Amino acid sequence: MIQVQNLRKVFGSKVAVDDVSFTVEKGQVLGFLGPNGAGKSTSMRMVTGYFRPTSGSISVGGINMLEEPELAKRSIGYLPENAPLYSDMTVASFLGFCAEMRGLNGAAKSKAIDRVLDLCFLHKVRNQSVDTLSKGYRHRTCFAQSIIHDPDVLILDEPTDGLDPNQKHEVRGLIKRMGETKAIIFSTHILEEVEAACTRAIIIDRGKVVADGTPDQLKKLVPGCNTLDETFRSITRSDLEK
Amino acid sequence: MKSRDLANTLAIFKREFLSYFNSPVLYVIVVIYLLAAMGFAFFFGRFLDSDNASLTQSFFFWHPWIYIVLAPAVGMRLWSEEHRLGTIELLMTMPLSPWQAIIGKFVAAALVWAIGLALTFSIVITVNWLGDPDPGPMVTGYIASYLYALGCLAVTSAASAYTRSQVVCFIVSVALCILLTLIGYPGIVDTVVRTVPSSLESVVRFISYLSFMDHFYEMSKGILVIRDVLYFVSVIIVGLVITHMGLRSKRA
Repeated sequence: MIQVQNLRKVFGSKVAVDDVSFTVEKGQVLGFLGPNGAGKSTSMRMVTGYFRPTSGSISVGGINMLEEPELAKRSIGYLPENAPLYSDMTVASFLGFCAEMRGLNGAAKSKAIDRVLDLCFLHKVRNQSVDTLSKGYRHRTCFAQSIIHDPDVLILDEPTDGLDPNQKHEVRGLIKRMGETKAIIFSTHILEEVEAACTRAIIIDRGKVVADGTPDQLKKLVPGCNTLDETFRSITRSDLEK
Repeated sequence: MKSRDLANTLAIFKREFLSYFNSPVLYVIVVIYLLAAMGFAFFFGRFLDSDNASLTQSFFFWHPWIYIVLAPAVGMRLWSEEHRLGTIELLMTMPLSPWQAIIGKFVAAALVWAIGLALTFSIVITVNWLGDPDPGPMVTGYIASYLYALGCLAVTSAASAYTRSQVVCFIVSVALCILLTLIGYPGIVDTVVRTVPSSLESVVRFISYLSFMDHFYEMSKGILVIRDVLYFVSVIIVGLVITHMGLRSKRA
């Protein structure tokens, strides 16, 4: 579903993403790991068509993102980092707007809204203004937006960031369930999440892919390391180092 | 334009337009606009003393000065707010072209001004009741006034695409609108023409021709020339093209 080849992004003189390639098929959940500033968000922004890559190719559902962005974007659902929302809308009207942007109207629209309100446990706040929501609800509202058109491809930038342990558990379960029928990419720094939800993971450091494999493979990647945490720390460099 | 494109533009327009009504800013601006438009007409324009059944000198004359400040106040949130909230990232990853969003939002802001301008209807009733005005200049005056507002809005839309701060957008837009107004202001142009060498006069005249004012005056006097309408249409198009460029550059 998602094919990314030799993706490269340069901001001024800084190389944010350098020669990243991966593919994700239906039924796969790909975890994106890496320290802060490694290029995870930048890569995801390119796959969703928000940033234009400096070079490389992206195809989503067989459609080239760079040549036919509007068509390619139809099959993608995206949860940006920090879950942005229009603060002057209610949850239901925000989801209604997103549904309309996805070409859903009338009965199909209200059905889609009800479905995501159910999936994301948002019924209690459906008529509440986005302004007044707690962080967990904000996150889930934005998450609901990303699945409103039941996309084949789901790209989630730190979907569990800022959630409490119960909510994290819910979201992980949701990702795992949806991963059976969709192609999903999600980024995280929480390593246990990778083991809980991913079929495959890649580790990015300073714009480059430094490891790629199933969670079990990654654990044994470096001799002497037995957990993901140890592997992660031995192959990525902390920004404290000079 | 395919129906899908139109539906996207309409959805953007609807959201933007309704969000104006959800915020107090709209009501404050419309009330201030009405107070200013009427206050200027009655106190500075001497609407009643002039003994002249026309709106040109007393009413429309002041509009550019009101729009310079109030149009940026309406338009400053167009794109700055999207940048600040980060919702630009949602919008630009949805299956729509930036143009649909730019046009949808601009039309929403334009309709807000149409409402503001329509609410000045009472002065039309007044002038018709007190005298027997020529309807022609009144119609062209309203068209001129509205086009002036749209010109200022297009400038604001362009400025808002480049910044996430509404304050910066407001100040920059006001400055640009003042500039575009003053370079064609008759008093100023005449003074400049008198001081520069005569060989440069055509340059000064050309620059003043680019001003909003130059095109507004003719129209507000009742002379509807297609050239002046086209001028404002081009200002709007240029403003929206610059908006588009701004959004592209922000997405690097």
